[in-house]
Amino acid sequence: MTKQGWLALMTGALFLTSCGEDKKAETVDPLAESRARPVIQNYAALTSANYAEVVRQAHSLQEAIEAFVANPTDATMAAARAAWIEARVSYGQSEAYRFYGGPIDNEDTGPEGQINAWPLDEAYIDGVEENYDAGIINATEEYPELTQELIASLNERDGETNIASGYHAIEFLLWGQDVSETGPGNRPPTDFVSGEETTRTNADRRRQYLSLVTKQLVEDLESVEAQWKPTQGTYGQAFGAESPKAAVLKILTGLGSLSGAELAGERMTVAYDNKDQEDEHSCFSDNTHADLYNNALGIQNVYLGRYGSVSGPGLSSLVAEVNPALDQKMKERLQASLDAIRAIPVPFDQAILGADNSPGRQKVKAAIDALRAQTDTLVEVATALGITLNLE
Amino acid sequence: MRRALIPLCCLLACGGSVEDEGPEPGEELPGGATTVHDTTRNAFTLVARNLQGERRDAFFVGNSLFNRNWVTAPSSTEGLDGLGPTFNASSCAACHFKDGRGKPPTEPGEKSLSLLFRLSIPGQDAHGAPLEDPVYGGQLQPLAILGVPAEGSMALSYTSREGSYADGTPWSLEAPHYTLQNLAFGPPHPELMVSPRVAPVMIGLGLLEAIPEASLEALADPDDRNGDGISGRINHVWDVEHRQARVGRFGWKANQPSLKHQNAGAFRGDLGITSDLFPTNDCPPAQSACMKAPHGGEPELDARKLEQVTFYTRMLAVPARREADAPDVLRGRKLFRDVGCASCHVPRHETGTVDDAPELSGQVIYPYTDLLLHDMGPELADHRPDFEATGSEWRTPPLWGIGLVQTVNRHTRFLHDGRARSLEEAILWHGGEAEPSRERFRHLSTDERAALLRFLESL
Repeated sequence: MTKQGWLALMTGALFLTSCGEDKKAETVDPLAESRARPVIQNYAALTSANYAEVVRQAHSLQEAIEAFVANPTDATMAAARAAWIEARVSYGQSEAYRFYGGPIDNEDTGPEGQINAWPLDEAYIDGVEENYDAGIINATEEYPELTQELIASLNERDGETNIASGYHAIEFLLWGQDVSETGPGNRPPTDFVSGEETTRTNADRRRQYLSLVTKQLVEDLESVEAQWKPTQGTYGQAFGAESPKAAVLKILTGLGSLSGAELAGERMTVAYDNKDQEDEHSCFSDNTHADLYNNALGIQNVYLGRYGSVSGPGLSSLVAEVNPALDQKMKERLQASLDAIRAIPVPFDQAILGADNSPGRQKVKAAIDALRAQTDTLVEVATALGITLNLE
Repeated sequence: MRRALIPLCCLLACGGSVEDEGPEPGEELPGGATTVHDTTRNAFTLVARNLQGERRDAFFVGNSLFNRNWVTAPSSTEGLDGLGPTFNASSCAACHFKDGRGKPPTEPGEKSLSLLFRLSIPGQDAHGAPLEDPVYGGQLQPLAILGVPAEGSMALSYTSREGSYADGTPWSLEAPHYTLQNLAFGPPHPELMVSPRVAPVMIGLGLLEAIPEASLEALADPDDRNGDGISGRINHVWDVEHRQARVGRFGWKANQPSLKHQNAGAFRGDLGITSDLFPTNDCPPAQSACMKAPHGGEPELDARKLEQVTFYTRMLAVPARREADAPDVLRGRKLFRDVGCASCHVPRHETGTVDDAPELSGQVIYPYTDLLLHDMGPELADHRPDFEATGSEWRTPPLWGIGLVQTVNRHTRFLHDGRARSLEEAILWHGGEAEPSRERFRHLSTDERAALLRFLESL
């Protein structure tokens, strides 16, 4: 067809739209500017609010960790652990903004790999049972001086589980190896005390490492937060102005990737299949159940257009316009996933053990299935919005 | 190799009058229905697109094993211990980072992690395999667990090789030299032969495995009966799993008959992890501490895990081409054929039926390889025979995904030892049977060379 032919048709369509009485007979543009723009801008706003909370909680974590390294006691250690658990709440939800090359995981500048990389080979950082001399902390000859630059340069060097930095490095330092069947790792604070009380050599370097790696985490998170601020020249501002199709494709790619390959696949199926706590997301602190829940909550947040006190039109409103039944189904699937994750007995590392008909494994499997179904529905949602979602 | 040179030359001579062809249908999806669309750092890490439902789970499980660091036995990490006693790396992903391509060390003090060295002495065993060095075994392992001496390391230096295009544009290549150093057990056998091998990209391996043997036989021309100067030989290698000689298709010298075999071999050689296929560690008699070191089970890699890793390596997807229909890419594609590259880098294949993998069956694929051995001349020769491969033969490596190596691995080092610093240098190193093609490339204009390289980068 000629270009003129298309133009004529489009004009006809516009004419119909403006004067048509029977709205059902029209083809509704699911991503019409007037409806899609507020959704995109609300997404940018809730992302900004989420990262602001992430940074606030990271600062609290840093304060608690500085108090701990200044005076390592049971009490300061417990406070630092509590701050870590708290910090994971907002971060877990923010993972819904990943997987499309945004500020968090931009190809060249995204710091995700040094923020939340896992699984982590603990012996890469510090000594472990049967090899107390292992790790960067004890490599006094190879790395005489610990610096932020050094730790950043060692992260993911020579192997994808050679993780030197981020939440899980801090988690390992605060909890230690988890060899308990009922609870998390139980590293004593004296691993961080120099002198006669010490339970591990290089306590000074352990304190220094923990302090440096926390500082790095805060800086990395601040850099992401800054790029989502609604101010001139930021990524967030540019995102709010993107074409509806491009922006919604990114939003859905983030949700679908987190829901399917990441959450159902790498974070749950691998652990379920290997029955190995090394494959659970937060294996030292036994916080995996909360991580999973917050990830799924992040997906629901975006679909509904809310985070904390920020609330506005979400993808839901666009879908409801073109296919109310699908919108309803999507909402049910999102809630079903959250319910299924919540039903998994804690700790997760025990739930994955045993025979396939054990209560724990059945619940884990049910959550995986719920996330899979939710991912399939996200693909349907994309189709309904006129977008081809190629989830890898 | 069936295609005669004469028509090729004719094409070159009257190139201007030949109509440029558009892309073949499906050419932009080199992995057929497995093809994924990703141009990021993760481009080589993705699961075959058509692998669906619960079958995808097995991929993720295999992926976790591929990434996981193996640790010294005994350890609390049951099932993942038994590293070494001597080894090259502690995980598969250490060398195949992001399932991508390895490289020689380029910075001072950088470990040679993704470039390893095969060792052998003259002669063959009963099955035609190279004889291992009596002191250092079949591979140099520069690392070892606590209490066991590492075997040694390799010093690398380069000398320049100057040359120029027909239009006068000069080039300078770097020829590598290797010197064994820090040898823990004294001198090796006086006739030791060393072959450097860089870690290859992991994509599309299941599809290559699914190309029928008959297709490779049809491409082979061991005695160059068609007189085009290109032989193309199959390497028949011993398969320890099936206890018989089979067509080799993996490895730089096509010395591995199957992915499972290749993986089990790498577990033993690179990680020091034993399996049912290779139940003993690479500890020659001279290395007593190596022989006596505790192991992590017999074998260390159970059969299920080997299957899971192998499934993963079969199902890594091939990324789609970028800009396959751009005019200069199409021009480069034509030059690729006219120059003669496609004689060995055979673009198109069809996979056969794989019983347990419908995803890999009946796919039209574009790997740009014939999986055959070719004499690549004295400059590239490692002078180390490997089964039926001579010291100057190498298997044609697939080219799919080659344009994404820089994105994924942040380098552009190519060829078996990573000596080429760019795709252009890789072409210029081609000798032996490929020399006439290399010469034709040398005579191309700047524009034509750029178009050919643009085509390669679109793969």
